[in-house]
Amino acid sequence: MTLPATVAELVREFRASGRIVIVGASLAGLRAAEALREAGFTGSLTVIGDEPYEPYDRPPLSKQVLKGWVAADHTKLPRMREVDAEWRLGVAATGLDRAAKQVCLADGERVPYDRLLIATGTRARQWPNAAEAALHGVHTIRSREDAAALQKELAASPSRVLVIGAGFIGSEVASVCRELGLPVTVVERGAAPLVGALGGVIGEIAAQLQRDHGVDLRCGLGVSSLEGDSGGHVRQARLSDGSTVDADVVVASLGSIRNVEWLEGSGLASGFWGLGCDAGGRAFDINGVVTDSVYVAGDVARAPHVLYEYQFLAMEHWDNAVLGAEVAAHNMVNLEPRYRPHLLLPGFWSGQFGVNIKSVGVPPFGDEIVFTQGSVAERRFAAAYGRRGRIVAAVAFDHGKWLEYYGQLIERSGPFPPPPPGWDQPSDSKPMPAEFPARGAPGAAPDVVLTGHDPSERTAEFRPRRR
Amino acid sequence: MVEETPWQQALRYANRANPYPFYEELRKTPVARQPDGTYVVSTYREIVALLHDPRVSSDPKKCPAPGAARTQGSGEPAAEPIRQVLTEPNIIISDPPEHDRDRRAMMPHFVGPPPAPRWISDLEPEIRRIVGGLLDAMQGKSRIDAVDAFAYPLPVTVICKVLGVPLEDEPRFHRWIETALDALDFGPEAASEEIQSRQAEGRQAVQEFGRFAAELLDGYARQPGPGMLSALMNADGQDARMSKGVLASNALLLIFAGHETTVNLIAHSVLTLLRHPDALEQLRRRPELIVPGVEELLRFESSVQFWHTRSALEDIDIAGTTIPKGAPIFLVYGSANRDPERFTHPDTLDLERRDNQHLGFSQGIHFCFGAPLARLEVQVAVGEFVRRVRGPRLVEDPPPYRHNQIFRGPRHVLVDIDGISA
Repeated sequence: MTLPATVAELVREFRASGRIVIVGASLAGLRAAEALREAGFTGSLTVIGDEPYEPYDRPPLSKQVLKGWVAADHTKLPRMREVDAEWRLGVAATGLDRAAKQVCLADGERVPYDRLLIATGTRARQWPNAAEAALHGVHTIRSREDAAALQKELAASPSRVLVIGAGFIGSEVASVCRELGLPVTVVERGAAPLVGALGGVIGEIAAQLQRDHGVDLRCGLGVSSLEGDSGGHVRQARLSDGSTVDADVVVASLGSIRNVEWLEGSGLASGFWGLGCDAGGRAFDINGVVTDSVYVAGDVARAPHVLYEYQFLAMEHWDNAVLGAEVAAHNMVNLEPRYRPHLLLPGFWSGQFGVNIKSVGVPPFGDEIVFTQGSVAERRFAAAYGRRGRIVAAVAFDHGKWLEYYGQLIERSGPFPPPPPGWDQPSDSKPMPAEFPARGAPGAAPDVVLTGHDPSERTAEFRPRRR
Repeated sequence: MVEETPWQQALRYANRANPYPFYEELRKTPVARQPDGTYVVSTYREIVALLHDPRVSSDPKKCPAPGAARTQGSGEPAAEPIRQVLTEPNIIISDPPEHDRDRRAMMPHFVGPPPAPRWISDLEPEIRRIVGGLLDAMQGKSRIDAVDAFAYPLPVTVICKVLGVPLEDEPRFHRWIETALDALDFGPEAASEEIQSRQAEGRQAVQEFGRFAAELLDGYARQPGPGMLSALMNADGQDARMSKGVLASNALLLIFAGHETTVNLIAHSVLTLLRHPDALEQLRRRPELIVPGVEELLRFESSVQFWHTRSALEDIDIAGTTIPKGAPIFLVYGSANRDPERFTHPDTLDLERRDNQHLGFSQGIHFCFGAPLARLEVQVAVGEFVRRVRGPRLVEDPPPYRHNQIFRGPRHVLVDIDGISA
């Protein structure tokens, strides 16, 4: 038998009777499972998830669910096809033994794999003071239980809601509160809402949008402490300027934490911004060597991106989860030269205060911004972000249909500022500084992060060869 | 005699039933300058790029050479009564910000948000009732015309109800529309005596149609009634109010586009399925395929073959050529939908086709306003036709086509049938 024939036989055999384990039973995990079956994988497939529910959709949790339009348990993700998997739901993965090729579960069981997909995503960062975080009325939003609990309290007409952190989730919660007619205070340590993701120029517009809708917005401030009543229910927050806010619902929207702790000791390149992988979803080990059997997709993945100087991108985006999962799944059941790259132009959307906000590209990669279409005063516009004369991202307020155009410009590394439109030109169309906060400065972390060129985010171990 | 370009040949009436070989030729030059200075774009990628390019206008008034297509050599403006007569803009021939404002004003009265979030889906029982009645009326017949007896009556009844246009006025506006469409020609036959002789009538028809719409709106201003036009006429709020002239122009557009395109889609769907017995049988066995099936039928025989009011407001570099500022641009959706670079086996009908992002409803800000209604109507109509009509056979293939090149569709589709099931 020739070597190529042997390799082809191995691939066939793996597809027919290999063992694949997916850790993470949310959007990326489900879509990967479906893609594996779609690609003809007929071996055993196990999906492990720490939540007891079948995969569900998270974007509605901070919007339609909070408003009370959709019940939290009516968010189940549609299935694209049968997956015929063994679902291990409600049990977390607690460790990875790469030598034995086994995933360790919280109940002590060990699940063997030939190939593993890590799609453990992120969790909400909790209020740092555990005692205060335990007060009744203090919430975070990530899971459907979180959303159900918060929705219930919002429906009970609290006297005031305090939102800590004005990133996308915090801003969406504030928007829902105003739609429900609830008084709301938003405290943001940065200069304006959304500054981390979209910069200060757009942040200022978002700030005005919030104030116009009656939000008591306080920027450049932190919350020092939360205080409860004798019944253990939160009643008041003390801010860093010494002032107080009375509130009986507090939503801590402080960003997210990558679920990588369970990989401790596995020798994989996991860190603060997730698990490093190549553009095809193959995980790196801590020395920057790519693995053959461990793949990663979704929020927990960070991969180099051709459009952004091959910096590792960490993206908490819905389409990154879907497409990253599909690419990883494809590569799990193929070999070179059939590997596919995950070449997604990042994109996200948000709905708040009656405005649809959409973006493509990586805004924080830019340092300048120019309004290209529409009217800032009417809050319907498109703007482009640039760096060194090329366009790297765009954002739209109620102008989402134009992002296709900007996306094409970004993919071609088109000029910045882009050519002006033939109509509906903004009154001011001169490029200006985009005003992103410096690394480490206050302000919610962006939802897509450039995390540098180091695959493992930590210095590789150097072991001189012993004689 | 100069040889005709593939585009000119595609436009000849003799090729109406099958323009696709000429489109295939046309796609060899994705952006093809025509002798009259029009840039004809025939490939999927380039059309999508231009649909999203803010340097492209849809407003014919911004095109320095109106009468986009001039008849070759003569320098005479091509016949286009609608453009000559319509003095007020509507959403299909306007740019932002006016376009956005007007479309935003119209949208809530059509597909929501509240007060009308379920307005379209709630029409389904009514649509089923109409379709059922049309099929019941075929009982006992051995030959039917799928256009006059089926494809036409449904959409026109539905759009009259949606808009609040009296159904008894249908014969009048039907005649105006036919007359105007027959006078519209972008091809080498535009200069013919026959087409030229239709011009005066075409202009008059559009004028009368415009007066009809204005009177209808006046009536609703005096006495509000059911339907979208009355709601728009009596809307208040900052964004909601359009001038009466603009509203009348949009009313004209909605009455026209609200059924003309759907008629052609239903007629083409019946024709196409009868030409593909395997697909017909597949749909009989698996009725749920009507949903992806209608998308495939939209791709396969697009109701709007091309659109003609766009122009370049700046020089635009695309596909190795430059469309110069001021040049008219025709986007040929019918060709893009058969582009093998985008669709595998584009000339094969595949009711289960995946990744079928066709341009049957266009894309970008001018994406078909009525798409949700059209989808519902055609899904019900074609689904029920397939389920209930026994032994349908095409009498004539190809059937006779209507004259118009943009709104391409058969004039009649004669079908022999064995009967109608319950």
